[in-house]
Amino acid sequence: MLQYLIKRLLGIVPVLMVISVLVFGFVHLLPGDPARLVAGADATERDIALVREDLGLDRPLWEQFVRFVGGALQGEFGTSLKTKRAVSEEIGERFMPTLWLTAISMVWATLVGLLIGVLSAVRRGRWQDYGGMIVAISGISFPSFWLGLLLIDAFAVRLGWLPTGGYGEWQHFVLPSVTLGVGVAAVMARFTRSAFVDIAREDYVRTARAKGVHERLVVWKHTLRNALIPIITMVGLQFGFLLGGSIVVEMVFAWPGLGRLLIDSVSYRDYPVIQAEILLFSLEFILINLLVDVLYALANPEIHYK
Amino acid sequence: MTTPDLATAAGSAPEPRIQTPLGEFWRKFRKQKVALASGAFLIALILAAAFAPWVAPFDPAAPDYEHVLEGGSALHWAGTDAYGRDIFSRIIHGARISLAVGFLSVSLGGVVGVLLGLISGFYGGRIDSAIMRLCDVLLAFPGILLAIGIVAILGPGIDNVIYAVAVFSVPVFARLVRGSTLGLKASVYVDAARAIGVSDRLLMLRHILPGTLPSVIVYFSMRIGTSILTAASLSFIGLGAQPPSPEWGAMLADGRSYLGVADHLAVYPGLAIFCTVLAFNLLGDGLRDALDPKLRQN
Repeated sequence: MLQYLIKRLLGIVPVLMVISVLVFGFVHLLPGDPARLVAGADATERDIALVREDLGLDRPLWEQFVRFVGGALQGEFGTSLKTKRAVSEEIGERFMPTLWLTAISMVWATLVGLLIGVLSAVRRGRWQDYGGMIVAISGISFPSFWLGLLLIDAFAVRLGWLPTGGYGEWQHFVLPSVTLGVGVAAVMARFTRSAFVDIAREDYVRTARAKGVHERLVVWKHTLRNALIPIITMVGLQFGFLLGGSIVVEMVFAWPGLGRLLIDSVSYRDYPVIQAEILLFSLEFILINLLVDVLYALANPEIHYK
Repeated sequence: MTTPDLATAAGSAPEPRIQTPLGEFWRKFRKQKVALASGAFLIALILAAAFAPWVAPFDPAAPDYEHVLEGGSALHWAGTDAYGRDIFSRIIHGARISLAVGFLSVSLGGVVGVLLGLISGFYGGRIDSAIMRLCDVLLAFPGILLAIGIVAILGPGIDNVIYAVAVFSVPVFARLVRGSTLGLKASVYVDAARAIGVSDRLLMLRHILPGTLPSVIVYFSMRIGTSILTAASLSFIGLGAQPPSPEWGAMLADGRSYLGVADHLAVYPGLAIFCTVLAFNLLGDGLRDALDPKLRQN
């Protein structure tokens, strides 16, 4: 297991190299001259030349790349063009709000999705099944930003129970995490149902039933435990969906997280922040995938990584 | 599934009916009532979008300061916005944008993805692993993040959203088609075609590609739903269609300022997105059951 972990961690290195080349190249793909962008609209040619020298943009490309990677390894991404603060500081402040939002959404969505999925599978062909699956396909097709607006309208504007947006108390978490989690809960419900139905056909489930194991035990122990293996993979895939979804949800609820920072910096073309954010999002995603593979190994007794 | 077939076969005239693939598809698809209804809704929507200037009761851009922020009425079915523009007319015109973005981006991504998948599956070896690694990297990113990155490079605007959304359809189609190609490549008729000297290109396009089409069509329908949703999200956060445009996501962003004052601004455009995406997803489900039951597993 430890060897497997080390091997996988080493495997991340080339992927990160490719991504850092892409992120580095990103600045040079941007239309226009970054130095002109930094210097501002009414800068003279001399100002621009000074900025170019200051940013090291006059150096050969490979030297710039080495400096970029060296900086990134130390968590150093330069200063934001918009706020003139260190990018690492900007991102540091925004990291926890996004982490909390995604974690809370993931937990409730997985549990509710599992429950609906199992219920639909056990009551296959009955109203619970149809009801569950109608909710699930609607959840997949529901635009999260629309759901967010409707929830704000109902619970914040009309009823006044919860804040319309912002960050701080537990009340601030309710609407954003509901909005963000619905899509995941829907996907999990659909997926759990089909995984559960597949496993329920297996011989060992029939055997368990035949030897008189209590139905509840058959469902939760014999079937669900085995269905968990594909479900864990699905949870991992959904994390990417959540990270992406959080960008939109943060915009709806004025959430001070990484997603809103990304959109702000894209609109402002604040490229040092964009670079750092994309690198961070990729790293997060890669680590989550690794975690999923490890959990997968723990859940599946057939797999032994030697 | 099999019993009613036997019954009709026994009851009907003894002459054997020749089943064309299209007839076979229609026979199965007809039974999917939900998918049929979704298809009908989408055809109506496409027609309404195509003839929007004639269908929509008002000019989507014409302001009317006598009727500002009014709720639904006999005159303005879905009410009016802050400039007195008719929301219903704007939604019909907005359907043009959303449908165009959906079809164009998935077609673009689909064509590139299918070709890459064919080449990858057909030639195997290094080309295959190179293409598949590329797909892994693309798939590793959440779709909307990738789209935001591309919009950041190309600049905001609905044209660029089409490219951005197209890119993340590529790996989906490439993987799908590679899988079917691997299976078809080993089939006897492909061997036979190869034996009589058919060129690689013709083998791929004439003999293998048609076999992959059923699953491609299913994914095509499902991806359009996802693409419309992503494009609307991008417009909502201000990176896609810009305000005067009646794009649904942009309309919702506009409606956000009037929550509690004029709720209908935030209701109807969202309803339009939801119904359209739902219809494409349900149609995709029905097509899958009719065309390619094996896909059901996923």
